[in-house]
Amino acid sequence: MSSNYEDRPRTGGGGGYDSDDDQDRRPMGGRGQGRRMHRRRVCRFCIDKVDLIDFKDVRLLLNYLPERGKILPRRISGNCATHQRMLAEAIKRARNIALLPYTTD
Amino acid sequence: MNNKRQYEVVFIVDPTADDEVSKLSESFAQIVTDQGGAVTRNEVMGKRQLAYEILHHKDGTFVLLEIEGSGREIAELERRMRVNDRVLRYITVRVDEDRRRAEKLKQRRARKAAKRPSQGNAPSRRGGPAMDFAEAGGE
Repeated sequence: MSSNYEDRPRTGGGGGYDSDDDQDRRPMGGRGQGRRMHRRRVCRFCIDKVDLIDFKDVRLLLNYLPERGKILPRRISGNCATHQRMLAEAIKRARNIALLPYTTD
Repeated sequence: MNNKRQYEVVFIVDPTADDEVSKLSESFAQIVTDQGGAVTRNEVMGKRQLAYEILHHKDGTFVLLEIEGSGREIAELERRMRVNDRVLRYITVRVDEDRRRAEKLKQRRARKAAKRPSQGNAPSRRGGPAMDFAEAGGE
């Protein structure tokens, strides 16, 4: 489960995405055009044609909950807006009944 | 159609009262039917570890109820659960609207899929996403 997250590019770790490297930034469209290639971002839920995300499906939700227990941002997971919204809602419900943690330290 | 609502109620029972679980869920189901609702599913999801402590409990037994009704029985059910100190926590989710929407999307997709082959082959997309994935993974 967590391995799913770990094999993502390291850019997810923190602020190191585009603010850290000072090498020439073009005025427009500079984001992501550096040495780090854009990976093709696809919404897993769209591929699987998921219409409903169940808050009781802990195994699934855990894929989008890195170690700290925060919801994995769309920028990294590549989810589409609709599915990210459904996912976030499901995670929050699962947290409420202690299926998932609010935080982990 | 508009006055039938579907709910999913999940509640956590104190694991030290394990033998009471089925009795408790039965009595809750009874409350619902008394109020004019219908229980479509009554299922013990089993004991599991809680993601965080609730009232110093580290684990609990999860029970799922699926209820169909007007919404009035939910109010009564929640009141009972709040009072009962065997119930550590509960959550009620209204699911009929989301399910209906999902159903609609599914049908729309089926319609589209049925239509597509008659139009001949769709313009081919270059390189499947799977290929791009592999490329990106290498870097």
